[in-house]
Amino acid sequence: MIALKAKKGQWVQIHKVVLNPEERAPQVPEDTKLVPLVMRVKGYLIDEEASVGDLVSIETVAGRKVVGRLIAIEPTYTHNFGKHVPVLAEIDREFSQLADSLNEGEEK
Amino acid sequence: MKDRSYRAVMARRNEIMKASVGIDYDRYRITDIAFDYERMMEEIGYTLEEVEKIQRETGVGNTPLIELKNITKLIRHISAPGKGARVFLKDEAANPSGSFKDRRASISVHKAKELGYKGVIAATSGNYGAAVASQASKRGLKCIVVQETFDSRGIGQPEILEKGRACEAYGAEVVQLSVGPELFYYFLLLLEETGFFNASLYTPYGIAGVETLGYELSKQCRSITGKDPDYVVVTHAGGGNLTGTARGLRKAGAHDTKVVGASVNLSGLHMASDKDFNRKSFTTGHTGFGIPFAVYPDRSDVPRNAARALRYMDKYLLVSQGEVFYVTEMIARREGMQRGPAGNTSLTAAISLARELPEDAIVVVQETEYTGAGKLPSAQLSFAIENGVEVLRGDPLALDKPGKRIVIPEKPEQIRARELPLDKLRKSYLKELAKRGHRELTAEDLEFISADLRLREDKIMEMFKEVLKNG
Ligand SMILES: Cc1ncc(COP(=O)(O)O)c(C=O)c1O
Repeated sequence: MIALKAKKGQWVQIHKVVLNPEERAPQVPEDTKLVPLVMRVKGYLIDEEASVGDLVSIETVAGRKVVGRLIAIEPTYTHNFGKHVPVLAEIDREFSQLADSLNEGEEK
Repeated sequence: MKDRSYRAVMARRNEIMKASVGIDYDRYRITDIAFDYERMMEEIGYTLEEVEKIQRETGVGNTPLIELKNITKLIRHISAPGKGARVFLKDEAANPSGSFKDRRASISVHKAKELGYKGVIAATSGNYGAAVASQASKRGLKCIVVQETFDSRGIGQPEILEKGRACEAYGAEVVQLSVGPELFYYFLLLLEETGFFNASLYTPYGIAGVETLGYELSKQCRSITGKDPDYVVVTHAGGGNLTGTARGLRKAGAHDTKVVGASVNLSGLHMASDKDFNRKSFTTGHTGFGIPFAVYPDRSDVPRNAARALRYMDKYLLVSQGEVFYVTEMIARREGMQRGPAGNTSLTAAISLARELPEDAIVVVQETEYTGAGKLPSAQLSFAIENGVEVLRGDPLALDKPGKRIVIPEKPEQIRARELPLDKLRKSYLKELAKRGHRELTAEDLEFISADLRLREDKIMEMFKEVLKNG
């Protein structure tokens, strides 16, 4: 269960809008110009207590103090090894078979 | 309080950069276009011996050179009689943070420490961030990595997320940004706020750090085979890998070795597009960096880029995403080495190249990188499928369509790199100059461009006239 409130000193993640759509660089392509430039950073909560969505201060590992909206308490890494991909299983099998036939060719 | 708007910060860029890299680039300026590249490399960089010493201190370099005998056997099996070069691989994944980027980071971080900075900042897609973080923790400096991480839905590519995790594992603060070139703006703001050192990938320090790679591999190749490599294949993005390796080869006296750049072809995808961001399965070593940086190196985060790929590149080969996934499985299954995407990109090009060469020729793939969650083909293909990209078996040469379709070869014969003629890149380089308002080239400009493009001055004039006429 994710705790509903973060306490001072807890590892959290915040986000902040850096540039609104109308402030973006002139060379940005159309689709990107429609959305803001957003920043996320993690650190230790400075406030006594906060809920997701609150404006909070954190101290990052590099020692910076940053203000932003709390988006996660004790954030976890979500990337992984992916799903089973049938195409990969297929080629792995082909390489094993190919190895067998090349080795046989050598033994003869 | 200083003005933090995009325009105001960009206007202060030179001032901020000057304070943050400890290099006075004006000293090397000749004209708007030309600068004294070799003098800059000599005065600012380090000698090879100094670099070796600095790298030994933090356990960087001296990676093994491994012959891929089973892959060579496979290549010969599918090549014409008498064809099929020996393929070797330099296992750069053996560096502390798992890639050749440690070589670059080691020198920048050493310099930062020497100059008395409290911390370092790097703007990077990731491996370099991990390298800087790793070196910074060894030398007791703080580290911030600025990474383009997610699209407007808040979704990040699995490889980008993994690289970010690695940066954090080595103690960096990772500032994650959504898609857009304003990353540079935010990077400048952070430099100004912290007063940290800009551990740019593109200073002479970073490039000097890679020279040991080329130097070592020439020595190793001679000791194993009795001669220098005929070809060294280098995964190319921003150009530092290729530049540093080629310079190191020259310092070893390997003047006949040809240097081949290799990139994953991502043509059709816009690098600054929010929608295209998560439609690619490669986060570096691709044409989205490789071409723009080759044709206009000075677009980087320092005023004069020390990474100048066209000065050193003898050939440029493009491979498809599907081919690299295929080869990633091949090296795991045939050589018992599971390695990450960047090294497998040059390996893919090397396999294609080796098929055309005689059996006594030697091709060296100059790097590997670590792999794991997020970086594996299974992670990338799962993500691609979720994002609406089609994955199928077939002939990549006929069917590959970056962002829409990933085509995995049906057989090893379908590993075929496409050559992008260097003259096309040279012309684009001149177009970039025209785009920046240059209409005439001085004698100094011509001399500089001639070295930058390895092209005779009269050829340059001819090409430039054509560019001005036809755009
Ligand atoms: C492991 C690895 N190999 C190769 C490259 C390409 O190097 P360069 O950007 O210097 O061309 C990168 C860069 O991102 C990388 O991380």
